[in-house]
Amino acid sequence: MTKHRLFWPATVLAALLLANVLFTPDFFAIRVKDGHLYGSLIDILHFGAPLILVALGMTLVIATSGIDLSVGSTVAIAGALACLHISGAADPASPGTVFGAVAIALAVALVLGLINGVLVAGVGVQPIIATLILMVAGRGVAQLVTDGQIVTVTSEPYKLIGGGYWLTMPFAILLAVLVVLLTSLLTRRTALGLLLESVGGNPVASRLVGIRAMGLICLVYVFSALCAAVAGLMISSNVSSADGNNAGLWIELDAILAVVVGGTALTGGRFSLGGTVIGALLIQTLSTTVYTIGIPPETTLVFKAFVVIAVCLIQSPAFRAKAARRRARTGRGPTPRPLTTENTEVGA
Amino acid sequence: MSAITAARGRPYIPLLVTSALLISMFGAGSVQYDGFFSGQVLLNLLIDNAFLLVVAVGMTFVVLTGGIDLSVGAMVALSTVISAWLVERHGWPPLLVIPLVLAVGTGAGLAMGWVIHSFEIQPFIVTLAGMFLARGLCYTISIDSISLTDPAYTAFAQTRIPLPGDLFVSPSVLIAVGVLVIAFAVLHYTRLGRNVYALGGSEQSARLMGLPAGRTKMAVYAVSGFCSALGGVLLTFYMLSGYGLHAVGLELDAIAAVVIGGTLLTGGSGYLLGTALGVLVLGLIQTVITFQGTLSSWWTRIVVGGLLFVFILFQRLIAGRRKV
Repeated sequence: MTKHRLFWPATVLAALLLANVLFTPDFFAIRVKDGHLYGSLIDILHFGAPLILVALGMTLVIATSGIDLSVGSTVAIAGALACLHISGAADPASPGTVFGAVAIALAVALVLGLINGVLVAGVGVQPIIATLILMVAGRGVAQLVTDGQIVTVTSEPYKLIGGGYWLTMPFAILLAVLVVLLTSLLTRRTALGLLLESVGGNPVASRLVGIRAMGLICLVYVFSALCAAVAGLMISSNVSSADGNNAGLWIELDAILAVVVGGTALTGGRFSLGGTVIGALLIQTLSTTVYTIGIPPETTLVFKAFVVIAVCLIQSPAFRAKAARRRARTGRGPTPRPLTTENTEVGA
Repeated sequence: MSAITAARGRPYIPLLVTSALLISMFGAGSVQYDGFFSGQVLLNLLIDNAFLLVVAVGMTFVVLTGGIDLSVGAMVALSTVISAWLVERHGWPPLLVIPLVLAVGTGAGLAMGWVIHSFEIQPFIVTLAGMFLARGLCYTISIDSISLTDPAYTAFAQTRIPLPGDLFVSPSVLIAVGVLVIAFAVLHYTRLGRNVYALGGSEQSARLMGLPAGRTKMAVYAVSGFCSALGGVLLTFYMLSGYGLHAVGLELDAIAAVVIGGTLLTGGSGYLLGTALGVLVLGLIQTVITFQGTLSSWWTRIVVGGLLFVFILFQRLIAGRRKV
């Protein structure tokens, strides 16, 4: 069972959740108040929903052996545009205004994603660098949109996206679940997932067998930007304001972390959507835990650093081989498997 | 195929383009704004960006090997926080604190290089973890900004080194230029420098030729760590405070300076002089926007992003399209 790739992330998540019970005995309690569900677990899902979405888009990008650093800026731009549209509208509370705001945010995200995709697939720039451009410039654009101010909005329908409830559940959770389900259907019930893994595993071979790598790569960057835009809408809707400077700050790092923790190798060619969701929840739980047990929140970053290193070491074939050799030398544990199988497993 | 011709003349082209850009930007600024055309405006570029220059020099080493170091901004912040904390809160003498901070930076870089090399984890992820760790440590030491009132620091910050023609520079500029010269010598006249270029050209070939790939990799990250710690020390002199939010996004500026300076991000080709020009271009953008007065500072980021875009496209044209 320990061989299953979701085993370790899920175990760590469970352990972390259980550890919370020591400090907050009613951690798992879920109450219904005013027809809404309340509880720490619901909070983790609610506040983790934007991260789940961003990480979901990131997973598909990483599956093609790319990376998208611009999601944080996209989050900020989407929130800024939507809030600006609503605050400037004659009737901020009308559903039409909110639909318009959402449409603008998504349309701009589409363009941002296309820019990334064309740079990576069309021009052949390394993904880190191609998306770095938008990461640098995007914050400036978001600031420019909001004129450096925090744009606040009062709009009930807009509030629903990130802060509202529907069928007793926070709407953000339902939205995230829906997107996750759709994505997994598309990638696992159609050939799309396989094609993406093929492009990530070996782009040249994929091209030779007739897979249109360029279109697929563009697609994943657009998808990632759209996910980031929805996350941006959620974040800005939850606090009823858009902050060009801080919205989505460092969410790209959390998202990459979630993907890696979830067992998707950064080398591409293999991905796990379930793993990413667990990874995102793990990171959100880590942040929540830090708050609930009274560790100064500033140290969250230190914890995250250790988690990144630990997870990467566990995933690193070189580390496993070294650890296995050491165990074999000292006569404990099983004999190591030959190096070659370890290497092929990662699909390098 | 074109590797040999590329080695002969082509790497100079980006360098020439960057110089032309710098000169035309300065020229346009001089025509547009009163008081722009002065030696002091140019020297102020150096004074305001001395720490960035030092950090970018370290980054150039890493990028030349085909790696990337995302931890530099956080390491700079950590250096300022450790310095301010030890000097102000614990009364340590600056002469003890500065070498200690440099040692911490070098050690951190070495450790990251070691992890990258021995466990074959991507530099991107390892230095990202380093970034988290360093920023987290900043906040763990102090959430608030610690201002530095130590006489040694204030004296250093206020020192002006006069130049002919009523011009002046700060001591930080001399240190930064010194670092640039030493780094130039190391890259072009030592075995380490040749190994750095060879490793960036093709790691496999470098290994087959018997070059110490692991040691070189660890060395470049140690150099980058040292440079970011030194950049942090210079920033402490400039800001006279230690704060965990100092130098947010500095890693991007450093990478941008390296790219605009014509160093190939895939490694193996580029010059330190280009990086210095890249730093000046970034500084000049800031200066022009300050002189313009009506533009908000957010335009800096947008223009830097735009320039990065243009230069990356340009690099692809120069290097020729590699098959995807």
